[in-house]
Amino acid sequence: MDKRLERILPRVQKPARYTGGEYNQILKDRDAVELRLAFCFPDTYEIGMSNLGMSILYQTMNSLPFVWCERVFAPWGDMYAEMKQAGIPLYALESGDPLSAFDSIAFSIGYEMAYTTVLDMLDMAGLPLRSAERPSLLPLVWAGGTAAVNAEPMAPFIDLFVIGEGEEVNNEVLTLLRQAKKESWSKQDFLRFAARIGGVYVPSLYEVSYRGDGEVAAVTPKDGAPAKVLKRIVEDLDASPFPTRPVVPSTEVVHDRVCLELFRGCVRGCRFCQAGHVYRPIRAKKKETLIRQGIEALQNTGYQELTLLSLSTSDYRELPGLCDGLLAYCEERSIGLSLPSLRADNFSMELMQKLQKVRKSGLTFAVEGGSQRLRDVINKNVTEEDLLNTCAIAFSGGWNNVKLYYMLGLPTETDEDILGIAAMANAVLHCWRTHAKNKNRGVRITVSTSCFIPKPHSPFQWEAQISLDEYRRRVELLRGAITAKNVVYNWHDAETSFIEAVLSKGDRRVADAVEWVFRSGGRLDAWTDYFSFPRWMEAFEHCGIDPHFYANREIPTDAVLPWDHIDVGVRRQHLLRERERACRAELSPDCRRQCSACGAAGLLKEGRCDG
Amino acid sequence: MDKLRLRFEKTGRAVYISHLDLMATMQRAFSRAGYRLQYSEGFNPHPLISILLPLSVGTASVCELMDFRLHGEADLSALPMRLTDALPEGLRVLEAYPCERKSAELKWLDVRGRLEYDRGLPDPEELAAFFAQPEIVIEKKTKRGIGMTDIRPAVDRISLCPEDGCIRLDARISAQEPTLNPELLAGALRQLRPELAPDFAAFTRLETYDREHRIYR
Repeated sequence: MDKRLERILPRVQKPARYTGGEYNQILKDRDAVELRLAFCFPDTYEIGMSNLGMSILYQTMNSLPFVWCERVFAPWGDMYAEMKQAGIPLYALESGDPLSAFDSIAFSIGYEMAYTTVLDMLDMAGLPLRSAERPSLLPLVWAGGTAAVNAEPMAPFIDLFVIGEGEEVNNEVLTLLRQAKKESWSKQDFLRFAARIGGVYVPSLYEVSYRGDGEVAAVTPKDGAPAKVLKRIVEDLDASPFPTRPVVPSTEVVHDRVCLELFRGCVRGCRFCQAGHVYRPIRAKKKETLIRQGIEALQNTGYQELTLLSLSTSDYRELPGLCDGLLAYCEERSIGLSLPSLRADNFSMELMQKLQKVRKSGLTFAVEGGSQRLRDVINKNVTEEDLLNTCAIAFSGGWNNVKLYYMLGLPTETDEDILGIAAMANAVLHCWRTHAKNKNRGVRITVSTSCFIPKPHSPFQWEAQISLDEYRRRVELLRGAITAKNVVYNWHDAETSFIEAVLSKGDRRVADAVEWVFRSGGRLDAWTDYFSFPRWMEAFEHCGIDPHFYANREIPTDAVLPWDHIDVGVRRQHLLRERERACRAELSPDCRRQCSACGAAGLLKEGRCDG
Repeated sequence: MDKLRLRFEKTGRAVYISHLDLMATMQRAFSRAGYRLQYSEGFNPHPLISILLPLSVGTASVCELMDFRLHGEADLSALPMRLTDALPEGLRVLEAYPCERKSAELKWLDVRGRLEYDRGLPDPEELAAFFAQPEIVIEKKTKRGIGMTDIRPAVDRISLCPEDGCIRLDARISAQEPTLNPELLAGALRQLRPELAPDFAAFTRLETYDREHRIYR
């Protein structure tokens, strides 16, 4: 270990997150591999090591014998200051080698607030931030993740983006890079070739022009790059590699457990939801595969908890059989099984009782809207009756902790809708009074609101976000209406949501502000400890960017969207139709009841959409 | 099965694993190796494992002791290798045996320190003279705030000599009643003789002894 590091580590908080050496880490001979890849997660170790995507891709990329993929995370503030002071560059955990020793640096960007941390990590690696300032092929700086569906605010910094699921396309990029390195290609040549790989977006091969009113005029591909980059998916999840031997952190992380991914995509089509649209088509894993992988992963990690992941767990067709199969293994070993993302409308008593055998946690419902009208607008198929029925079962089953999540600022929301949230919380409280088995234990109902952020590739992508002042007024309105002492109200700070809206819907011009924020000391912006709203506002002013243009303006439907050249498989016509139905507060049936022909099934060559 | 004892090493990258994290790591390693630890009864069952002398983060050890109980019988001669294979880098099990001695009988610890001086080594004689004083009273943080403590009675013997550009410190110190963190040997210099204080000090636990200075297992 680096002598300087040895002196620093005893002084920083939780040093084990900076050392590597965990069980199941992948070690290779640095001289025997042809490509060394630094796989960077632009957030802390605790967050990154809890990310299933990171774990999957760590395994798939390391399955290439000529590649050694190592993990890199962003240091917390104390470690950051110590590293800067001692002149220690960012290093990878497995080998401890600085990023300058790597051929390629890849980022997994899950959310927009991580943008400044990406720049910070490039800087800590000793690299120029902008792609144009890095003329040589190596190290190649590339990125993927959900944020890549509108990558424009990061376009000047990243050489190449991967759109969609990375299991296959990442290895295609690495295979091409291996050839390019061996044959000493220029960066330009490599990028031109790479752009022919499906799902690869090379931003420097697209010219963006703007109109006088600030809208994007056109995005023009050059050098043979495709006019639209079509998202990549993995067709057969059962056949796709799943990490049953994941790295087990030696220090506590956010999710210290085995995660099983049931399916990708979502049948629900909530109109505000980006994930529900960009992860389509729906592809489920067989329950036999899941049971086998779950048991293997438990054996290989020693974890005492297993959780089922997906956008809407209760929409997994084989859920009862899967739970039975897993419980048969877990129960006698006191391993806890948890099911997040259950829906209020098909929550069954049977399932709840099964889980209760092992551990009882709180119930969380994402209700999103305070009135039936508003829930119809957003196509959230939950009725108050469903919710209360579920709560009644839960309360009589001994649960006494319910969380209700809502968004404020959804399109068409009125004060009446907001007051409906308080009324609903009261109805849940009343339901507890009627059904609770043991009232002495009390009840805790938590209402949380966040500010709606219109997201690219969702039916609400054209919508405006409400202003900060208006969000605060609505929070106060709700605060005043929640009077019961068993009901706790938490609201998410809207300043972050505003910046997130700007970055989500931003174009390439926003990149200047991202860089300015980083240069003024911004990093780890997803953390309230580090996020500075004034710094962002100053950045916009300094760079001549009007943030309200991006966040608070309704985009005309005939405008060119900054992300129009990224095709996630869902047709624009579908999004428009859904938006029109929203205006009329008309529900759309879920994919199981009736296929809406959104277009995503076209991504499947064989197999069919499980919607 | 009766109470068992594990002797293990914690070196290299593993020295930064905290005491609580080590407990979780051990628990998972037993499970990965196919052993079933006994759990406590009650609402929130926890595995019945206990580490005799919690080690501070950054200090290495080749003589850690941990007590545990297993369900069923286990071949104790095969356990060290099986468990080591299930542990992260830097943790190595040396032996496993039925626990016969009470943890309270553990009294002394041999430790080795490497004192690094960036601007030249001090005179080892002077260092030796410092630790040979009849009392060494330092400020020490306790649960009740900062108090004055004489650490000298907790040091049975100590020697210092130059080695590889550093000062090598060898000492036998009190492990329990009172517990002396070896880091305080460097801390005492920083407080009382800053000109003799190292820029960095790293310690390793070498061996455990009872009151009569016989090796404790």
